[in-house]
Amino acid sequence: MSEIIITPKIQSNVPLEIPNVKPDVFAGKSIDEIKEVEIYQGNEIVKLSEFFEVEGESAETPGEIKIIIDGDASNIKRIGQGMTAGEIIVKGDVSMYVGLDMKGGKIIVEGNAASWAGQTMKGGELEIMGSAGDYVGSSYRGDWRGMSGGFITIHGNVGYEIAEYLSGGKIVVKGNANHMPGIHMNSGVLIIEGNVTSRTGGEMSGGTIIVKGVMDEFLAGFKYLGIERDIQVNGEDIPGVFYKFTGDYAIKGAHGTVYVAVAGNKHIVP
Amino acid sequence: MELVNNVICPFCGTLCDDIICKVENEEIVGTYNACRIGHSKFVHAEGAMRYTKPLLRKNGEFVEISYDEAIEKAAQILVDAKRPVMYGWSCTDCASQEVGMELAEEVRAVIDNTASVCHGPSLLAVHDTGYPVCTLGEVKNRADVVVYWGCNPFHAHPRHIARHSYARGFFRERGRPDRTMIVVDPRNSDTAKLADIHLQLEYNKDYELVDAMRSALKGHDILYDEVAGIPREQIIGAVEALKKAQFGILFFGMGITHSLGKHRNIDTAIMMTQELNQFAKWTLIPMRGHYNVNGFNQVCTWESGYPFCVDFATGEPRYNPGETGTNDLLQNKEADAMMVIASDPGAHFPQRALQTMIEIPLISIEPHRTPTTELADLIIPPAIVGMEAEGTAYRMDGVPLRMKKVVESDLLTDNQILTKILERAQELEASK
Repeated sequence: MSEIIITPKIQSNVPLEIPNVKPDVFAGKSIDEIKEVEIYQGNEIVKLSEFFEVEGESAETPGEIKIIIDGDASNIKRIGQGMTAGEIIVKGDVSMYVGLDMKGGKIIVEGNAASWAGQTMKGGELEIMGSAGDYVGSSYRGDWRGMSGGFITIHGNVGYEIAEYLSGGKIVVKGNANHMPGIHMNSGVLIIEGNVTSRTGGEMSGGTIIVKGVMDEFLAGFKYLGIERDIQVNGEDIPGVFYKFTGDYAIKGAHGTVYVAVAGNKHIVP
Repeated sequence: MELVNNVICPFCGTLCDDIICKVENEEIVGTYNACRIGHSKFVHAEGAMRYTKPLLRKNGEFVEISYDEAIEKAAQILVDAKRPVMYGWSCTDCASQEVGMELAEEVRAVIDNTASVCHGPSLLAVHDTGYPVCTLGEVKNRADVVVYWGCNPFHAHPRHIARHSYARGFFRERGRPDRTMIVVDPRNSDTAKLADIHLQLEYNKDYELVDAMRSALKGHDILYDEVAGIPREQIIGAVEALKKAQFGILFFGMGITHSLGKHRNIDTAIMMTQELNQFAKWTLIPMRGHYNVNGFNQVCTWESGYPFCVDFATGEPRYNPGETGTNDLLQNKEADAMMVIASDPGAHFPQRALQTMIEIPLISIEPHRTPTTELADLIIPPAIVGMEAEGTAYRMDGVPLRMKKVVESDLLTDNQILTKILERAQELEASK
């Protein structure tokens, strides 16, 4: 795989948007041509080389390209937007919309991500070693279809309304989640290994949520089905003892499933 | 003294249209019918200082400049900025808002109104779920079950209850005795004291309560004995009362739009209203604050497709409250210039947002001295719409009303100021 290293050289208050920094655009271009790629700063279009040093070697097809963003990208939005193949590695934090509308390939963020990571993602893999903000794998505002495919792993904690309108794919959170994970979820799998505050699966109509930590509160629109041991979700074995709920019956015809670990969660059983 | 009849009050979203103004020497000296808040606006209550000339801050002090100089300066600031924000818009007329939209597109700014700290969550919920709305006239003539959820009109919209839910209507000949009033509020507010049923839920538990109510509405059991501090039986009783309505109306305010969950509370409340239509006629109206905050959302939607927080940075409208909201841009220090019109963020925004407002060039189009003008670099005073200029405003239920000009003013109107800034900005952009 050929590596292209882009290093941020100026940090500005007005954020950059770099949807064009992805293997799909870089493929078949020389390093000099890549330096000319258009990015956005506020309402202005600028060249990539104004804000980044670019070095390395390009390749003919996106699948052969690994882009390394070597530095702080905490004010850079839309990294890997719509990418279909190849790899992007960010050596620091990223701003909003990392992996937005991603269709294939892999993104690894070694730091934290702001909100809307993996929004409307359709395929590929997004891994965030730190924490992420709100709306991981969500829909565009007003749409009823969120992430529909692919795999997101967050090693840290997440904010509000993750997996909002989730319609497919899988999200794994190793840390804790704030209010309303899996809100309006239609399908897909959400696994939270840490704790959750409240409103898990609010207005969910389908899909599966598994909470392995402690859930502070649960919603009264669900039905309690009993205890299950060593469950299987989409062909994957998940060991443990879980309370099983179905709902959210606030929604007509809802058939979502929520598993909550028995340990520490007696208070949510009626 | 002259009396001017049928004046529309330019204060809150109720847009009372029966005000009589007492005018002496081109000044409003008194009113009939207006509430205390509306009256204060008409007579420029004590302490309000009017600006009569544009002011520019030079070396920390304001100096008077001409309108032409002020418009040149404002256009320069907006054209030079990479991420300008144009915020406010809720206390001016729709025609001015329309010019504002064109200006935002011209200078590729983010345009946003006070809904982003007010009923923005309702707007977010509306495009997720729909908007089963009716007019206040229908409420007066038909409603027999009136719900006030998370709002206190007794103080915030003082004539609302008298004009729309206590009033006698065509099918409600006796007025108040013909209606059941339900108030959902954690506080025992003055509105709650008037209610037949007061659901005193725990703070931040609106979503949990609606979730349980919707589940009960579909004939399912409620999982817990008590939800949001309210016993299961009382929740089922309230749902039965809602189902038995002939014409139900849900008024909702900041108590539910800004409690935990925000737009998700409204989303589920709207869905409940829709679902109640299987049993009875049910509608809702948000209790809008500023008199034309709804107007901006209407204008913005018909111009750009989105109701607020519209980002023209790339030339085409993009929309994402949380990223393109005024507070988000200020608190993330993204904005590099700001224009405030017809609102007072200086009095209402959090410290972190104000800090950025101090650091960046700030234009304030504002008739009175306010906390915002104290932070401004440029103040342009306009004539006040509804008193010194006519214009259209949208009532909280979406009915547009034409506001009167009651007295004359030497000042330019919002519309004239914005049109001049737009013309100058077009020239500057063309010469770039």
